[in-house]
Amino acid sequence: MSMNRREFLKIAGISTVVGLGGTAAFTKIRESALEAAQIAPNTLALKAKQWAMVIDMGKFKSEETIKKVINACHRIHNVPDIGNPKDEIKWIWTETYGHAFPGQEHKYMSEDMMHKPFLLLCNHCTNPACVRVCPTKATFKRKDGIVMQDMHRCIGCRFCMAACPFGARSFNYRDPRGKDANGNPFIKEENKEYPTRMIGVVEKCTFCVERIEKGLKPACVEESNGALVFGDLDDPNSEVRKILGSTYTVRRKPELGTEPNVYYVIGGNGYAIVPELL
Amino acid sequence: MKIYDGGKIFIGLVIFVALFASPFYLNMGKAIAKPELKFDTPEIQRLEKETGKKQCVEPKEFMRGGHMQMLNNWRDEVVRMGNRDQIVIAGQKFDKSLQLACMKCHSNKKDFCDKCHNYMAVNPYCWTCHIQPKEKQS
Ligand code: SF4
Ligand code: SF4
Ligand code: SF4
Repeated sequence: MSMNRREFLKIAGISTVVGLGGTAAFTKIRESALEAAQIAPNTLALKAKQWAMVIDMGKFKSEETIKKVINACHRIHNVPDIGNPKDEIKWIWTETYGHAFPGQEHKYMSEDMMHKPFLLLCNHCTNPACVRVCPTKATFKRKDGIVMQDMHRCIGCRFCMAACPFGARSFNYRDPRGKDANGNPFIKEENKEYPTRMIGVVEKCTFCVERIEKGLKPACVEESNGALVFGDLDDPNSEVRKILGSTYTVRRKPELGTEPNVYYVIGGNGYAIVPELL
Repeated sequence: MKIYDGGKIFIGLVIFVALFASPFYLNMGKAIAKPELKFDTPEIQRLEKETGKKQCVEPKEFMRGGHMQMLNNWRDEVVRMGNRDQIVIAGQKFDKSLQLACMKCHSNKKDFCDKCHNYMAVNPYCWTCHIQPKEKQS
């Protein structure tokens, strides 16, 4: 049988389509048979392209609320309280304005602003420096923008700590399940639904990935009485985008190019009004 | 041919071989008892009552040799791919999790995990991070 080029291509094309379709159908049948028997798909997970947070400092009415927020995170994630700043482990913590936004402070700032505790946590950067340096890919960026750390893979090299310009990561110098000199455990009360870490690994905020995937908002957000807002940066109708589009917000050290995804509303407090001019 | 100090060398060799082989002849004829695992924790009994059978996420034969690969896959799916689909056994849903699934039924780590791991002289470090349940009498 003789065949010209055109015919050959036609037949080749058709058989490819049939072939592909055939295997696809086959795989589909096999998958559904397997899944029907034993897998219940997780339908609860909250979805996003890039999770982000807005921290409205003006909405924190007392330091108590801030402490409550920090405790909520550290309690459910079994973050040890080592009790000295050198070995300290922190997922969410406070700093002064000058430390949180270096270069932005000046000596004429209101006392309140200068000493107010600002809440800091991992920024789940769009361009995370920690991910670039991690030699084992223990730290990686998920499809929803969360910068996640696989504790099974962390070798404790601490490159990520050197790379992160926000001090968001802590190294376990001590065994987190250990006790202090007085015999008090570093983890006051273990949350049995979450693991601890071991000596020699680095840890940080996970944006509560284990909660998001069960349809819950991060624990700190829930505890904050509306001061922390969580949402998808990619969705113009999300709560975070509405705040970002209507209020002046700042990020920590944007000049470094990591594109942090935690935004701050610094918050007015009446100090700016000069009485003589009224 | 003459071996200098042949006698001493020979005695030395005999002692060395005797010591080196001692584990073999000392244990000869004594079979170490195979580990007997217990599958009767309160949780497993409850599952059996509710569903009519004792059933794990995979058959016993697979779990014996393959549980570590399965746990590895679960970890990759959950931690790295964010796939938290659940596994259904006889209508009951289980997370893909050592701490939140396996150990919820096998709440007897000493009579379950440790028995085999000790027998095989392996020392997995799952529990340096994953919290084991309080040991119960089974
Ligand atoms: S804040 Fe630091 S640890 Fe968090 S993603 Fe950015 S670079 Fe990484
Ligand atoms: S300490 Fe762990 S997470 Fe950080 S860079 Fe090293 S391996 Fe990666
Ligand atoms: S998002 Fe979750 S892990 Fe991160 S600081 Fe808030 S409570 Fe902690």
